[in-house]
Amino acid sequence: MLSLITEKIKTILISSKFRNLIFILFLIFLSLGLFESLVISPKDYLQSDSVRIMYVHVPSAWISLGIFTIISLLSLGVLIFKNKNFVLISKSLAPSGFIFNLIALVTGSIWGKPTWGTWWAWDPRITSMLVLFLFYFLYLLSWKIFDKNKASTISSYISIIGVINVPIIKYSVDWWATLHQPSSINVLSESTIHSSMLIPLFLMTAAFALFSALIFLMKYNVELIKVKNKGLNRI
Amino acid sequence: MNLDLLIMSGYGLYVWSAFIFTLFNFFVLYKITSKQFDKEYAKFVKKYNSLNQNQITLANKQSTNRTFVRTSVAHKI
Repeated sequence: MLSLITEKIKTILISSKFRNLIFILFLIFLSLGLFESLVISPKDYLQSDSVRIMYVHVPSAWISLGIFTIISLLSLGVLIFKNKNFVLISKSLAPSGFIFNLIALVTGSIWGKPTWGTWWAWDPRITSMLVLFLFYFLYLLSWKIFDKNKASTISSYISIIGVINVPIIKYSVDWWATLHQPSSINVLSESTIHSSMLIPLFLMTAAFALFSALIFLMKYNVELIKVKNKGLNRI
Repeated sequence: MNLDLLIMSGYGLYVWSAFIFTLFNFFVLYKITSKQFDKEYAKFVKKYNSLNQNQITLANKQSTNRTFVRTSVAHKI
């Protein structure tokens, strides 16, 4: 029964129709998000138009954190259950997580110049995001330098150790004195951000999540075809 | 053309560079992944087409192989 469900999910993941649907949805959400964030949303009373950088910076940071958390959970599954599909999924998620982390760091730096007067500061939030970037880099590097079996184990350990950094990033603004403001969006309590800014933020987050899903699907297909190519060689 | 949209109260350089950097990275990542996909897919199609009838029957026992083959037929159409 479980293998049947897994097979069904795998068939959906490799279907080109599903990929095309994600791509179309991504284009729709990105167009709406860009229009809302660059044209419709208001200026901030303090930061003026520079606040618009938030619409690319914040979703990128959220998604890179989310992807790393998923990778580390799957890696735990890889080490405990030796599930090969978990290996393929985590490996396919890593490139988009890495790129979103890079975007968060660079756009944060660009936002820092007009807001704080500097491109870079060794602030706890920025530093912990840089540490996450290094973990992503090590994860991807392990797949480049080690053979498949070794890389699977080493990359799993890297992501499990790296996930300790995720709550540090999240709570760094509460635990230490930092240039970053405390979070404006809370799941459990009322958000302090106005809906005119929340809508573009939501649209851009949806667009970025769809993009990472699209890259994941393409990368998953690449990894699966590699496996299938080896299988065809053995027939 | 609306110049306010470009200038953004003097922050245009920062805002536009952040958005352009993001979209550029999207484009590059999409292109790289797409290229990898096309390369591996072409290998798969080539190998599959070189199989004899018995080997094809064996390969088609796996649903993922069938899906990839269906996609390759769709590509040709």
